[in-house]
Amino acid sequence: MGKPSKETMIDFYRRMVRIRRAEEKLMEVFSAGEILGFLHVSIGQEAAPVGVCAHLRDDDYIGTTHRGHGYAIAKGIELKRAMAELFGRRDGYCMGRSGSMHLADLSKGIMGANGIVGGGIPIVAGAGFAAKYKGTDQVAVATFGDGATNQGTFHETLNLASVMNLPVIFLCENNGWAEFSPRPVHAKIENLADRAASYGMPGVIVKNDVIDIYEACGEAVERARKGAGPTLVEVKCDRWYGHYVGDAQKYRGKEKVDEAMAKDCIKEFEARLLKEKILRPADIEKIETDIRSELEEAVNFARQCPYPGPEEMAAGLYV
Amino acid sequence: MKDVRYIFAIKEALEEEMERDESVFLLGEDVGLAGGSFGASRDLFKKFGPRRVVDTPISEASLTSMAAGAASCGLRPVVEIMFMDFVTCAMDSIVNQIAKMRYMFGNQFSMPIVVRMPEGAGLNAGPQHSQCLEAWFAHVPGLKVVMAANPYDVKGLLKSAIRDDNPVVFIENKTLHAMKGQVPEGADHLIPLGKADVKRQGSDVTVVAVSRLVNEALRAAADLEKEGVSVEVVDLMTVQPWDKEAVFNSVGKTHRLVIAHEATKQFGIGAEVAASVAEEILDELDAPVMRVGAPFVPIHYSLEKVYVPGVEDVKKAVRATLQRA
Repeated sequence: MGKPSKETMIDFYRRMVRIRRAEEKLMEVFSAGEILGFLHVSIGQEAAPVGVCAHLRDDDYIGTTHRGHGYAIAKGIELKRAMAELFGRRDGYCMGRSGSMHLADLSKGIMGANGIVGGGIPIVAGAGFAAKYKGTDQVAVATFGDGATNQGTFHETLNLASVMNLPVIFLCENNGWAEFSPRPVHAKIENLADRAASYGMPGVIVKNDVIDIYEACGEAVERARKGAGPTLVEVKCDRWYGHYVGDAQKYRGKEKVDEAMAKDCIKEFEARLLKEKILRPADIEKIETDIRSELEEAVNFARQCPYPGPEEMAAGLYV
Repeated sequence: MKDVRYIFAIKEALEEEMERDESVFLLGEDVGLAGGSFGASRDLFKKFGPRRVVDTPISEASLTSMAAGAASCGLRPVVEIMFMDFVTCAMDSIVNQIAKMRYMFGNQFSMPIVVRMPEGAGLNAGPQHSQCLEAWFAHVPGLKVVMAANPYDVKGLLKSAIRDDNPVVFIENKTLHAMKGQVPEGADHLIPLGKADVKRQGSDVTVVAVSRLVNEALRAAADLEKEGVSVEVVDLMTVQPWDKEAVFNSVGKTHRLVIAHEATKQFGIGAEVAASVAEEILDELDAPVMRVGAPFVPIHYSLEKVYVPGVEDVKKAVRATLQRA
């Protein structure tokens, strides 16, 4: 795996901005009451989905969490139908049944966001199991936060995947918060990647930088594809907007939040690309304009989609 | 037809379906090298190898969800939970994930998975190795729940469960594992899910039963015949979705109903059957509905025989319905 080309770097930038703007749009329509339930955004954490998904094909698998929009977008979900799903409409990916918390598109290998912390980790390993069973070179990426690493399913599945030598990448976004509890409350160790040693697999730590993540995940994906087994990758990142949209983060304090927001994986990458003259201000403007109109289109599409009718409530519960 | 033990009929079903369909595989603790704790997969490891008969660590929660992930990618896993009590460790997997994945993802894929487990007392194995928890699963939309009372049924139902595109919780009974009975040879023996079986025709009282209590009810019916009482025994076989039509037809004929299961009586499946009869065909009843089930205490180690409902309890319940004209 070589260094990413200039074009690839511009693409990474565009992809990160697209996730950021999509989630900002979601916050806007959520605040306006157009989206129901809970909304968990990953703003500040856009580097990981872009970095890992750059290595994935459509037939590779990824499983996400309640904070999973970034991965779904990076893996190729269509914004219009995703938006329709979050609006609870019939034409959404999941017929308006899932909303944000269970967004899935299996045709793109997106196995679904999971509302149970740690619940999706073994399911994704099952996709890896299926790939190995069928003798393909597909890989499966389980994404989760630091909070999930204290669930039994995390430990059980790392062990299972290691014993069975499954083509799985365990990608932990350590944003330092398990819902409303900081790391020292939920883990004695600072580096969760250390846990990989217990299960006989490599554990890698990377900072919240798209290129670093791209390189670390590239090795992990390559290992998995050639049948060398799973890897645990830990990304050290920050969560800007709390556990859910509307979380005032009083448990954290404004100062700490400001500190987190000052470390922006997109702004830092943008500064680097501008400095290296890979990107020009005019390019940024174009990227922003294109994304804005794509999002407007997606929201307009969602708004005009019908809600499912009550007669559709049980449709397909059983085959 | 040949005489086969219940546990061997399970093995035959697994073997035939694995031969028939490359996507069927077995997963669980000790299913491979050891041939299964009760011998359900004996010799299958030798025949199909570790790729298709997969031994796992003791991790019920994750191995069950792993099977679900494999099922969503087109495989047909058959998971063995060693004792039904241990399925409590896999409740997130079965209730939050497996039961809902197809539905909440908008029918994007099906979930053809069978989770097998033996329930019931009989081994004096105490409170954590003897429970009957079928009602929990029957309460969860998206799951099918199947219970087999004899070797013939267990083979035909398990084969159908493996071919079904819905998740099936397949419940065996430990005391039935050694039971012998006539079982058809060959791959064509299928019993449809969702259909009850009238195991014995009768005209005075209907006994609706599942699993081991079906056999207890048949013994009770034979005894009661000598007293001049004609008992009809309806084996639900599939608890969810249950065959309401078959039950209602029988009650429409006998006008008296007993429901019998080994599980704790309170909030058991008998409650659902009784409530449905009360809601929809109350006028058919000539006597209050009676239920047979275990008492509301954990299963007692040394008093197991006192605890477990059996033939005498069924007879008592049948007689009680006849005392009310």
